[in-house]
Amino acid sequence: MNDDVAQREEPARPTAQPISLISNDGAAVTDSTAAGFALPDSATLLGLYRQMVISRRFESQVMALTRQGRLATYPSALGQEACEIAAVASLDKQDWLFPTYRDTIALLARGVTVSEILAFFRGDWHTGFDPYEHRIAPQSTPLATQALHAVGLATAAKLQGDDTVALTFLGDGSTSEGDAHEAFNFAAVWQAPVVFVIQNNHYAISVPYAKQSHARTLADKAIGYGMPGYYVDGNDAAAMYAVISSGMDRARSGGGPTLIEGLTYRIEAHTNSDDPSRYREKSEEDEWRAHDPIERLGKYLANANVLTPAVSEKIASEAEELAANTRDAMNQSPVLDPLELFDHVYAEQRSSLLEQRAFLENELATADGGSER
Amino acid sequence: MTILGDPHIAKTAATATAITPSKVTMAGALTAALRDSMTADSRVVVFGEDVGPLGGVFRVTDGLAAQFGETRIWDSPLAEAGIVGTAIGMAMYGMRPVVEMQFDAFSYPAFEQITSHLAKMHNRTKGRVALPIVIRIPYAGGIGGVEHHSDSSEAYWIHTPGLTVVSPSNPADAYSMLRDAIASDDPVIFLEPKSRYWSTDTIELPIKTAPMTSAVVLREGSDVTLLAYGPTVRTALEAAELASLEGLSIEVIDLRSLSPFDDETVGASVRKTSRAAIVHEASQFGGYGAEVAARVTERQFFFLAAPILRITGFDIPYPSPRLEAHNLPTPERILSALDSWQW
Repeated sequence: MNDDVAQREEPARPTAQPISLISNDGAAVTDSTAAGFALPDSATLLGLYRQMVISRRFESQVMALTRQGRLATYPSALGQEACEIAAVASLDKQDWLFPTYRDTIALLARGVTVSEILAFFRGDWHTGFDPYEHRIAPQSTPLATQALHAVGLATAAKLQGDDTVALTFLGDGSTSEGDAHEAFNFAAVWQAPVVFVIQNNHYAISVPYAKQSHARTLADKAIGYGMPGYYVDGNDAAAMYAVISSGMDRARSGGGPTLIEGLTYRIEAHTNSDDPSRYREKSEEDEWRAHDPIERLGKYLANANVLTPAVSEKIASEAEELAANTRDAMNQSPVLDPLELFDHVYAEQRSSLLEQRAFLENELATADGGSER
Repeated sequence: MTILGDPHIAKTAATATAITPSKVTMAGALTAALRDSMTADSRVVVFGEDVGPLGGVFRVTDGLAAQFGETRIWDSPLAEAGIVGTAIGMAMYGMRPVVEMQFDAFSYPAFEQITSHLAKMHNRTKGRVALPIVIRIPYAGGIGGVEHHSDSSEAYWIHTPGLTVVSPSNPADAYSMLRDAIASDDPVIFLEPKSRYWSTDTIELPIKTAPMTSAVVLREGSDVTLLAYGPTVRTALEAAELASLEGLSIEVIDLRSLSPFDDETVGASVRKTSRAAIVHEASQFGGYGAEVAARVTERQFFFLAAPILRITGFDIPYPSPRLEAHNLPTPERILSALDSWQW
């Protein structure tokens, strides 16, 4: 059915400056930079801080294990914790998360266990966790493809009368993919309950934003699709939480999709096989390290006497406990069964695959058949 | 846009399909299969380009929008990756989407969604996430289509583990196989031969033919096994009829399912006849016939009296309407190929 196109309202336009609620020196922002968003309560902010600290400790542990050759690869989100953790904190139990390969700490924050998370990065053949248990789609390696899955799932939920919202992460590079465009457009046309969170971390491996897009901001793209767009300081967890939560509320109440750009920075290399010294200056990294999202929120909470030394110590010990669990998980070396490679290709098994399975089984039965068994 | 305005999936009253034998086109049989599947299962939704009020450019969804409403069947924006990608998300939430790629060559923008996601999701989630999606693709030539409207794209899909690929050749199979495809928990590429859309058979609907994944012997014979699917089945039957006038007995098998391949039915026939040929419209190099020839040779070599032949389109982009007849396999071309064997 055609609605009256001429009567459509103009969606909210992104602000000129990134929305911020806590300044880099830890002070509450009260001027127009807040764009009318209220600072979340202290308990919420402390929850974000705690999870960000834990996530960073987890990643530093995983990076160390990767350098030891214990993981095949690991794309770090160091410096992007505000985007990752604020997004997950904005989800309700019935909501779905559609992450990319860089969003591992988001899985952790939503309750996926360390050994489930690491299965894939250790070289196993499957997504280690049950998507239905956690309402998290498999981490997508192809870019922007998962955004369409999020739109479809959200549309199905809406058709069934459920108040489920789908949140999908995207990166600055992936907005160049056709699937990103199609996801934005389908979501807007179908008024799907979706929140798109673009983490603009300035680099797609080595290619800087300037070579990726000529748009002033990626949030500006929302206007062309007829949905609201928000340009946010992605290193300000309070702002990211407030804006994403409002997007979730809009989606849940039938207001359709929202596009949110968090301006942040990938402090680490793309993966352990990347070499950032070939394409960016150390001084640029240092500049962004001086805008660290965890330090910023910590300063605010300390000034507010919420983050006391005792609380800080408790969080640090939780983080150390997780790091120890991570090392333990890596020390258990589960045996991979090559024969499982045939078992889930189809829901309805085929005789031709069973023949190939039997071939490999026979080969493995010989003395030097397979190193994994 | 209010297509999704009703939060509840419409519960449509069962609508009986005609049950007296009558002339049914393949397009009409497909429509009936969609209607009956949608009636039987409220999780079945249909969307794509022009499938709503227009009823699709080939009218396969004719009348469904009026019957089921916009919460069950709707026009999507014009983007094939978007259509397949959103279908994946819907299936993750428990729906059973049937989507249409308007023409064969227009399915290519969806290639990544189909090969990297649709085909792999069940495996990469260790069987936890099934994607019961049917992608209907009107394919192949013979209708005077302009460029990009007559491709035979089956080799791309059959090369992808995780996909089931089928193609009906007649109205009864079109109905029964589409019902099977929609009921399958695996993603199915459902290739509809455009040139056969308006062919008719006198049948009773609903009808249950052989399972979607089985080949069927359409005409028994003793000298040659002729394999065909989709648009070339009729061509193969015509060739067999002509050959019988010359005393050559051709067994015609409608493969129906390209992936999986029915080794049993084909193998039994080849062991009986000792000779086999495959006919398809798609170009030859790296085509489906190459796989069939290799597979049957490996399994039936000691029963074969001659190499397996391929009668196919040439290795050229699909020709323009005025020249396409030169590219399409004909009964004469099939018989001429069989003559090249030493008898």
